Amino acid sequence: MGTYLLTGGNLADGAATQIYIADGVIVEVAPKILHPGAAIATEIKVDGCILLPGFVDLHTHLREPGREDSETIASGSRAAAKGGFTAVSAMANTFPVADTAGVVEQVYRLGQATGLCDVFPIGAVTQGLAGKQLAELGAMADSVARVRVFSDDGECVFDPMVMRRALEYVKQFGGVIAQHAQEPRLTQGAQMNEGIISSRLGLKGWPAVAEEAIIARDVLLADHVQSRVHICHLTTAGGVDIVRWAKARGIAVTAEVTPHHLLLTDERAISYDPVFKVNPPLRTHSDVMALREGLADGTIDIVATDHAPHPAESKECEWQAASFGMIGLETAFSIVQATMVDTSLMSWSDLADRMSNAPARIAGYADHGQPLDAGSSAHLTVINPTASWRVDRDLVASRSRNTPFHGMELPGRIVATFFRGEPTVLNGALVRTVEGV
Amino acid sequence: MRHLLSIADLSYVDALSILDTAQEMARVSDAPVKKLPTLRGRTIVNLFLEDSTRTRISFEAAAKRLSADVINFSAKGSSVSKGESLKDTAQTLQAMGADAVIIRHPASGAAQWLADSAWMSGSVINAGDGTHEHPTQALLDAFTIRKHLSANSGDLRGLSVAIVGDILHSRVARSNVLLLSMLGAQVIIVAPPTLLPVGVESWPAQVSYDFDSVLPLVDAVMMLRVQQERMSDYFFPTPREYSHYFGLNRDRLGFMKKTAIVMHPGPMNRGLEITAECADSARSVIVEQVTNGVSVRMAVLYLLLAGSPTSPGVAI
Repeated sequence: MGTYLLTGGNLADGAATQIYIADGVIVEVAPKILHPGAAIATEIKVDGCILLPGFVDLHTHLREPGREDSETIASGSRAAAKGGFTAVSAMANTFPVADTAGVVEQVYRLGQATGLCDVFPIGAVTQGLAGKQLAELGAMADSVARVRVFSDDGECVFDPMVMRRALEYVKQFGGVIAQHAQEPRLTQGAQMNEGIISSRLGLKGWPAVAEEAIIARDVLLADHVQSRVHICHLTTAGGVDIVRWAKARGIAVTAEVTPHHLLLTDERAISYDPVFKVNPPLRTHSDVMALREGLADGTIDIVATDHAPHPAESKECEWQAASFGMIGLETAFSIVQATMVDTSLMSWSDLADRMSNAPARIAGYADHGQPLDAGSSAHLTVINPTASWRVDRDLVASRSRNTPFHGMELPGRIVATFFRGEPTVLNGALVRTVEGV
Repeated sequence: MRHLLSIADLSYVDALSILDTAQEMARVSDAPVKKLPTLRGRTIVNLFLEDSTRTRISFEAAAKRLSADVINFSAKGSSVSKGESLKDTAQTLQAMGADAVIIRHPASGAAQWLADSAWMSGSVINAGDGTHEHPTQALLDAFTIRKHLSANSGDLRGLSVAIVGDILHSRVARSNVLLLSMLGAQVIIVAPPTLLPVGVESWPAQVSYDFDSVLPLVDAVMMLRVQQERMSDYFFPTPREYSHYFGLNRDRLGFMKKTAIVMHPGPMNRGLEITAECADSARSVIVEQVTNGVSVRMAVLYLLLAGSPTSPGVAI
C-alpha cells in the first residue's frame, strides 16, 4: 500500500492542513506533518482544495445482476469514485431481486473485487418486492454482506401490516427499513407531479398526498413499534413538515433528498423529454425550496443520489413509454454545492455531514463517514470549490447517459478520491490502474 | 411555423389566418370538382397509432383535395410500450420522403417529441396526443362557431361557450379552452369535480358544477364524450346519475338561448352525454362540424406545406 502526503488543502472548517496517509489509515492531520514517513510519501498538492470525508450514498441502483446493459457494479463503482463516493448502497430491485443471502453476497463480493468503493447491498423487504411475504431479512443480515438497510425501493411497502412486521423484525439486528413512499392506488399510471403543469400537458398526475400519506403512516408505525424508518427520496414540502413533526416527537425517522429534487422542477416536463421522468417526480419550486430548508436545518438527514441508469432506448421514446430515473453519482456533489453551499444555506461541514457522516451512521457503515482524524480509515474526497465544469453525458463513467444535467455548467470539482488509503481519482480523472476495471 | 403541435404555439393572427383560409377551402369543397393542385407531388403520411376513423379520413380527404399523395399508416392497439418504437417509425417515414406526418398517438406529447427529434425533417401535425391536445378539432370548432354566430368573420369576441363533461381526460377541451379564449370568447367549463384537472383555476376559463345555471348564458354548448373506461374508476356513481346532472336532454335544450348551437366532437354516446333528440335537433351542428373539419385541415396543410417542394413551408 502506498503512502501519501496531501498538502495545501483545507479542512471543512477552513483550517489549513496537511494529511499523511499510510496503510489505508489517516496517520496524521496537522498544519505541518511531523511523522518521519511523510518525507518519503508521494506528495499530492491540493492547493485551495477542501478535504472531506469520502461520500456515502445510501441509494444507488447498480443494476447488476440482471441489467448489465445499463450499469454494472464495476461501471457504477467507477461513476461513484468519480463523484467522490467511497461507499454506495446497491438497491435491491435487480434481476433476480436481492432478497436472499445469495444475491446480496454476490453483489457485495463483486463490489470488493472491483475495489473502487465499498458496495453495500440493500436487501429487499419482501420476496420479489411483491409486498406480500417478508424476505429472509435475518439471513441477509447474517451474510457476509452484513445487510442492515432493507428496502423495496421502486415499490412501496404498501400493506400496513407487512410494514409493521418489517419494522419490528429488523430491531433484532439493528436494521432499518428504507421506505419508497408511494401510495399505489393514488398513483396508478402516474407520469409526473400532479399540478398545473401535468394538467396542461395531459400527463397523469402523481399527487404529493400519495407520498405524504405513506410517510405519515410509517412514522406513526415506527413510533408504535419503537423501530427505525428511513424515508427515501423525500420530494414534497408536506413531507418535510411531517418528518419535522415526527422528529420533534422523538420518532426514530431519518430522511433523504436527491440532488435532482434540490434543483429541478416539474416545469422540465414541458419539453416532454423523458430524461426528466423520475419517480418520485420533480415537484414545484416551493417544494424545492422546502427541501433545501429541510436539508439545511437537519430535518432531512442526508443527500442520496437515487442513481438510476437506463439504456438509451428506455429514454428515446414518448414520455409515457419511458422508464423512470436518472443517473446522479457523478453530479451529486456539484448540485449540492450549487443549491446548498453556494446559496449559503449550508457550510462545508454541513455538506460533509449530509453526504458522508450521516448516511454512514444511518446505515451502520462503521468504517465510513469518520472525521478526518488520525486513526480513521483513509476515505477522503478532495474538492475544488472554485472550479466549474460542464456536464457532458458522453463523458460519464456510468454505462448509461440519462443525466438531466447535460450541458449545465456546475460549480465544484472532485479533484481526488481516496478509498482505503489509495487514490481512485486524481486530478479529476479515474487513476490509470483502475480505468480498465 | 413548420408544425402544428399545440394551440399554445399559435398566435391570434395565426389562428385567424387558419380560419380565413379554411373559409376559402370550404368553397373548394362546395365546387363540382373538389380538388386543388396545390400539394401535387407532396407526400403526406397519416400516422395513426390509436384507433380513430373520423379524424384519419378527414385528414385524408383534406390532403387529397389538395392533390397530395397520402399514405396511411395505422397500427392497431394502443400500447405505447410494445412493438416498433416511434423513433424507428419516424426514421422509416423520413427515409420514404414524407413531407408531413399527421400523428395520432395515445401518449401525450408524442407529436412534440417527434417534431423536436432529429429523426424527421418534415412537418408534424398533431391529430390528437393522449390527453394533451387536438388542435385541428379546436380549429374546426372555432370555425363552426364563427360561421353560425360571428357572421363568418373575425374572432369570437362577445360569445360564450360551455364545454361540458370529461375535461380531465379531454384533449379536445384543452385545445378548445386555449383557442376559444384566445379568440375572445368566454369559456365556461362544466363538469363534476372528479372530471376536472388539478389546477384548472389557472386555465383561461370559468368553472361550474351546475350545468342548468350555465345553459341560459351561453351561445354554444360543446358536449364531450364520456369514455367507457371512466365508469369503473369512481369518477361518478352511475351513468344514470351522470346523465341526470351533466347530460344534454330535451328539457335542457329548452333553457338555452334561441340562437345557441349544440356541438359534439364525436363519436357520441347517445343517451349518456347527449340524447338522440338533442343530437338530431335543429340546434345541432354536429354533422356540419365534420364537414368543416375537412376545410380546416385543408387550410392547415396548405399553410404548412404550400410553396416549393424544397422549402419546409410558408409562415402561417
